Amino acid sequence: MGYEFEPKILGFLCNWCCYAGADLAGVSRYQYPTNMRIIRVMCSGRVDPAFILRAFSNGMDGVFVGGCWLGECHYVTEGNYEALSVMHICKKLLKLIGVNPERLRLEWVSASQGIRFAEVITDFVKKLKELGPLGIGEGIDADGLKLKFEAVRSLVPYIKLVERERLRVHFETEDEYDKFFSSEEVDRLFRELIVDKLTISQILLLLRERPLSTGEISEILGLSQSEVSRYLNSSAKDGLVRFDEVQKCFVPV
Amino acid sequence: MEKGPVEGQFVNSTAERNIGDVMVVGGGISGIQASLDLAETGFKVYLVESSPTIGGKMAQLDKTFPTNDCSMCIESPKFIECNRHPNIEILTYTEVDRVEGEAGDFKVTLIKKPRYIIEDKCRGCTTCTEYCPVKVPDKYNQNLSLNKCTHIYFSQAVPLVTYIDPDACLYLQDEKCNICVGVCENNAIDLHQKEEKVEVEVGAIILSPGYEIFDPKLRGDYGYGKMENVITSLDFERILCSTGPYEGELRRPSDGQHPKNMAWIQCVGSRQVIPGGNSYCSAVCCTYTQKQVILAKDHDTDIKATIFHNDIRSFGKDFERFYQRTENLPGIRFIRSYVSIGKELPESKNVTIKYSTTDDGVKEEEFDFVVLSVGLNPPDGVEELADKFGIELESHRFCKTNPVNPIETSRPGIFVSGAFRGPIDIPESVMAASGANALCSQLLAYRRGKLARERVYPPERDVSGEEPRIGVFVCHCGANIGRVVDVPSVVEYALTLPNVVHAQEDLFTCSTDAAREIADAIREKGLNRVVVAACTPRTHEPLFRDTLREGGINPYYFEFANIREHCSWVHSREKEAATRKAKDIVRMSVARAAILQPLQEFQLPVDKRGLIVGGGIAGMTSALSLANQGFEVYLVEKDTDLGGIARRIHYTLDEMDVQAYLSDIIRKVYQHPLIHVSTDATITEASGYVGNFVTKVKSGGRVREIKHGITIIATGAEEYKPTEYLYGQDDRVFTLLELGEQIAKREAGVVNAESLVMIQCVGCRNEDRNYCSRVCCNNAITCALKLKEINPQMDIYIIYRDMRTYGFAEDYYREAADREVKFIRYEPDDKPQVEATEEGGKQILRVTVTDPILGNKIALDADAIALAAAVIPSATNTEICRLFKVPLNPDGFFQEAHVKLRPVDFAADGVFLCGTAHYPKHIPESISQAYGAAGRAVTILSKDSVTASGAISEVNEDECIACGACISVCKYGAIEFHDTPQGRKARVIPVLCKGDGLCNSKCPAGAISAKHYTDEQIFAEIDAAAPALVEVR
Repeated sequence: MGYEFEPKILGFLCNWCCYAGADLAGVSRYQYPTNMRIIRVMCSGRVDPAFILRAFSNGMDGVFVGGCWLGECHYVTEGNYEALSVMHICKKLLKLIGVNPERLRLEWVSASQGIRFAEVITDFVKKLKELGPLGIGEGIDADGLKLKFEAVRSLVPYIKLVERERLRVHFETEDEYDKFFSSEEVDRLFRELIVDKLTISQILLLLRERPLSTGEISEILGLSQSEVSRYLNSSAKDGLVRFDEVQKCFVPV
Repeated sequence: MEKGPVEGQFVNSTAERNIGDVMVVGGGISGIQASLDLAETGFKVYLVESSPTIGGKMAQLDKTFPTNDCSMCIESPKFIECNRHPNIEILTYTEVDRVEGEAGDFKVTLIKKPRYIIEDKCRGCTTCTEYCPVKVPDKYNQNLSLNKCTHIYFSQAVPLVTYIDPDACLYLQDEKCNICVGVCENNAIDLHQKEEKVEVEVGAIILSPGYEIFDPKLRGDYGYGKMENVITSLDFERILCSTGPYEGELRRPSDGQHPKNMAWIQCVGSRQVIPGGNSYCSAVCCTYTQKQVILAKDHDTDIKATIFHNDIRSFGKDFERFYQRTENLPGIRFIRSYVSIGKELPESKNVTIKYSTTDDGVKEEEFDFVVLSVGLNPPDGVEELADKFGIELESHRFCKTNPVNPIETSRPGIFVSGAFRGPIDIPESVMAASGANALCSQLLAYRRGKLARERVYPPERDVSGEEPRIGVFVCHCGANIGRVVDVPSVVEYALTLPNVVHAQEDLFTCSTDAAREIADAIREKGLNRVVVAACTPRTHEPLFRDTLREGGINPYYFEFANIREHCSWVHSREKEAATRKAKDIVRMSVARAAILQPLQEFQLPVDKRGLIVGGGIAGMTSALSLANQGFEVYLVEKDTDLGGIARRIHYTLDEMDVQAYLSDIIRKVYQHPLIHVSTDATITEASGYVGNFVTKVKSGGRVREIKHGITIIATGAEEYKPTEYLYGQDDRVFTLLELGEQIAKREAGVVNAESLVMIQCVGCRNEDRNYCSRVCCNNAITCALKLKEINPQMDIYIIYRDMRTYGFAEDYYREAADREVKFIRYEPDDKPQVEATEEGGKQILRVTVTDPILGNKIALDADAIALAAAVIPSATNTEICRLFKVPLNPDGFFQEAHVKLRPVDFAADGVFLCGTAHYPKHIPESISQAYGAAGRAVTILSKDSVTASGAISEVNEDECIACGACISVCKYGAIEFHDTPQGRKARVIPVLCKGDGLCNSKCPAGAISAKHYTDEQIFAEIDAAAPALVEVR
C-alpha cells in the first residue's frame, strides 16, 4: 500500500535553550522530519508528569522534553535537574504499564545547538518508527492502554508526594541519576508504593464502568484471582469498594 | 536631487524651538540602535535620514551571515520600536545643512526635502502608486525593476508614507498630470511642497551615515555596466530576496533564465593600489559571498558556483564554520586566482572569465551569471559631510578616530557609529552604536531624563466577561513562510476553529501597517485575543504585545504560532506536510489563546550600581564609562593586577602605546571615586535578576556581598600553549605574544637574529579549535615591521594559511611585503616541519615548507621561530557560565543573545558581555564593545524601575494543603507560608518570582499555578495537538 507509519510526537521545549535551539535550526535551515508539535514552557522543570501522560493518553507515539544542559539552566531553581528526575519516574511508570519507555525522550539542547536539535529530532523519529504505533508496538489493545493511562494519570498527585518524600535527589551528573533510578532500592520503592496503588486504581476505574466479579477483573488485568482478591479486600477495608450481594459483583463505594 | 541655496522659509519660529539631547545622522541599523539606546537612557533623540525611510543598507540585504537570519525580519521590528518611541523624532528625506556650536550646545540646521506628500495625512494605502502612470527604476531594488514615480520606498518603510520622485513626475516636470492628487482620499498629496529649513538644538551628535558600495561602473571593472549578466553583490542580494525584482526567484537580468553555473569574483575595488581602487580590505565580502552561495544553493540545489578569491578572511565569530559549510556544498569550487573578464557571448549573453592556477595554468571558462563582490566605500559626498561637521577623515576618507576610542571623532561632542569609521559588519556597527550612547551619556549625564517622555497607551478594555473572540493573522514573511506553507489555506482553516472570528494573511505581519491593522481589528471587530502565525516569540513577542496594548487590550491576550523557525524553514522540501503542521500549530495556539488570562506587569526598583567581572582593558573601559556617567561600579579581577592580557601586549599596527595607555587607564580606574576595585578576587555566589543582583566576592580572605543592578562579563581570553613546532622544548621558539615581549626588551637573540620565521594558525583553525583567532595575522605583521625597523637586515618569513589583515590593516600587510618580509602559504594537510639542527657550526632551527607555486620543499634556517598561538577562552568561563546562568558557544566563548543585533547582551536581562570573552579581538574592537556594554547597561541603570513580567506564580488558597512542596523547590525564595483564617497557606512574593513554574509541577494539590503557563493552558495545547495529527498517517 506504500503506507509508512508516521509517529506523532509532542515536544515540550524550555524557552531559553531547546526552544532557542529549535529556532536556530530554523534560522540555519537544518531540515528535520515534520512529526513533532511543540509546546513552549519557560523551563523543562515545568513539565508535569501529567503533561507527559496526557499526551500519551491522547495517542501520541512519542513525547519529547528539551531543556538546558545540566549546570546551564536559565533559572537558579535548576529545573532541568528536576526534569531529569521526572523523566526517570515517568519512564518507570510507562514500563509499569507495559509501554516502551523509549517513547519518552529527554535531551539537552543549548541555544547555540541548532544542528543538534535537528539531529536529535531526526533520530527520535527514526526510533519511534522502529517502535511502531503506541500500543500496537507493545501489543496492548487500545482499551487496555486507555485504562492503564487513566489509572496512572489519576495517581499523579500521589506520585508527586512519593517523589518529594522518597525520590528527591540531587546529583551533578546524568550517570548518577541513571544509577540511582535503576537501583534496587528505587525498584523496591516503586513496588511497595506505586505498583499496588496502580492496580487498585485500574480496578476502581473498571468498577466505575460496571460491576465486576473477581474472575472478570482478573481476566481483564491479567492477574491471578488471589491477587485480585487481595486488592479487593484491602480496597474494601479502605472503603473504596464493596461486594454487592445481589449482583454477586464488586461495585465502587 | 540637486540642492541649490535654500529658498525655504523658517517654518519653526524661535517660539517653538526644537530642542533635543542628541542628533543621530544616518538611519541605518547603527543609527537606529544608537537612537533606541539613547531614548531608553532618557535622552530625546532626533534621528535624521536622507533617504525616504530609515533602514539603511541592511534593509536591502536578503539574509545576514553567519546565521542566515532574514535581514528585514530582524531589522524591521527596530523600525517600529523607533517609530513608537516617545523619545525619538524621526526626520526622513532630510539633509544636514549646517552645524554650529560646540559639545553640549550644538545648533544643527536641517533641510527637509519636499517629498510632495504631507506625512501626517498619508496612511500609506498606496492608491496613488496604483494610479501613477509613470514608471521609474526602483532604487531599493538596485534599479533592477521598475516602480511608480510615487511609491513607498519598501513595504516595511518607516514612516510608511509615499514620496514622489521629482525628476520623473509629469506634474513636477511639465505640470501635465495630477492623477495622484485626485485619487488620494486623505488629501495627502501636495505637489507644491517646498524645502523646509528646520533648526534643532542638541548636546551631542552621532554620525552614522554608513557606507556606499564600490561602484565598478566607473572603471568598467569586469564588464559591469556593459554586460547584463555581470552584477554587484548588492544587486544579487535584491535578486535573492522575496521582495526583490524577481520576487525571490533566482533569475539573471538578460533573459530572466535561472542560472546554472555562477561565478563570484572577490575583492572588487578592494585590496588594490591602482587608481580608482581601495587599498584596504572591505572585511565583509568573503563571508557575504559565502552566504550568497549558500542561498543560491537553497534556491536551486543544482546550481554550480565558483568563487575566485584571494585570501579567505573568515575572521569573525563562527565565520570559519560558515566557510566550511559553503565549501562542503556540492558543486562549489573555491579557486585562488586573480581573474579578468574574457568576453560576453553574443547569443547566450554568458560571460567568460580568465584565471590561472598552479596546476592548470591559464584557463578561460564560461559562466551564465557573474557576481562582483564589491567592497565598501566611504559614503557619497563624504568630504562635504566632514566639512559640515568639522571632523577629520583618515587617509581612505572614512571618519578619523582614535585607536583608544574608536567611537570619538576629531571634534568633541561628535561621535561616530557604524561603517563610517571603516569597513565593519553589522554586529560591530551595533556595538559601536550602543557605545556611542555611553559616550553621549558621559557627556550629557546632567541632562539625562529632562526631556524624556513616557509612552501613553489607550485605556485597557475589560474583556473578562466576554466570550473569546480570536483574530488570527498569518504571515507570509515575504516568501520565507509563503514559499513552503500554503498561507491562504491556513487562513481558511483558522476560520473554522472555535472562537476565531477573524483571520487574514499579511505579507509582513511585523510591518507598521500590519501592526496598525491588528490594533484596528481589535477595536473594530471587537477581538479580545490575537494569534499571530509567523516567526518566533523569542524575538517578536514584545512587538505584538505592544500592538495589543495599542488596540486597548491586555498584552497577555497575545499568542504566537511559530510557523517559520519551527516549520517553513525546517521543512522547506515538504510543502504539504509543512502546511498541515502549520495548521496544527495554529490550532494549538488558538486553543491556548481562548483561555489566556489578562496579567498585570509591575515595576521593580533598580539598584543603580554595576558589577564588572574582569579587569582587563574591556572591563576597565566599561567601568570608567559607567562611573563617568555617574554610576557606582564594582570591578572584580581574579589576578593581583588590573590589565589582563594587555599587560603582555606592547605593539599594535596602529602604533598605539599599549603600556602607556594601560597604566593611564589603570590609574584612572583606581582614582575614580565611584569605582571599587577588588583584585585577587573570586566570585563565590551570584543570584538575583535584572535591577537587583546579589553577588558574593571573596578577596583578601573575606567575602563581601555586592548588590548591583547590572552585570558586565569581561573575563577576557588566554593564549594557547603550543605543543607543536618544538615549543617548550627549544627556547628559541616563542609565541607571538612572547615575541612582542622579547622585542620590547630588545632581547639580543631576537633583535639580532639573522633570520626569523613566524608560523600562523597554531592551535586553531583545526579540529580542536574550529575558529580563527582573528588577531594573529595583524600581530605577526606588527612584530615583523617592528623587527625590520630595529634590524632592517633581518630575513623574516611568515608562513600562513590565509593572511587575514582585514580592514585598514591591509596597508600594513602591503608595507611588510614591500619591506621584503617573505610570505609563504601552506595547506593545513601539509604543515611546515621544524627541527633543531646544526649548519656550518651554528645551531639553527630548520623550517621545511612546501613552496605553494613550485610545489617543491624549501628549507628556511632560522635563529628564532614565533608561533601565532591561538586565542583560547578563559579557563574561568565555565565557572562564570554556571554562576551567572549565561551560555557558552561550542568554542567556549560566551554566547550573546543575538549574533547580529544583540552582540553585547545576554539573553538574560541585565547581563552584558564585552571584550575577548565574546571572541578574540583587537584592542580598539574590545574598547568599542566595552563602551557598547556600558551603553546597554545604562539603559537599565538610568531608570528607577524596570518592568517585571506578569507571568508569575499564584496560589489558590482554597486548594493549598500547606505541604511545602513548592517552597522546597523555589530557590528564589519566592514562596512563603502565611497564616490565614483557614490555616497556614503558601503565598508568592511577586518581585522574587521568575516565572519558571517549577512549583506548579511539584504541587500535588494543583493549588499553585504558573500564570500564562497554567496546567489548563498547557492541557489545552496538548489536547489540541492530538486530533489533526491523525491526518498525518
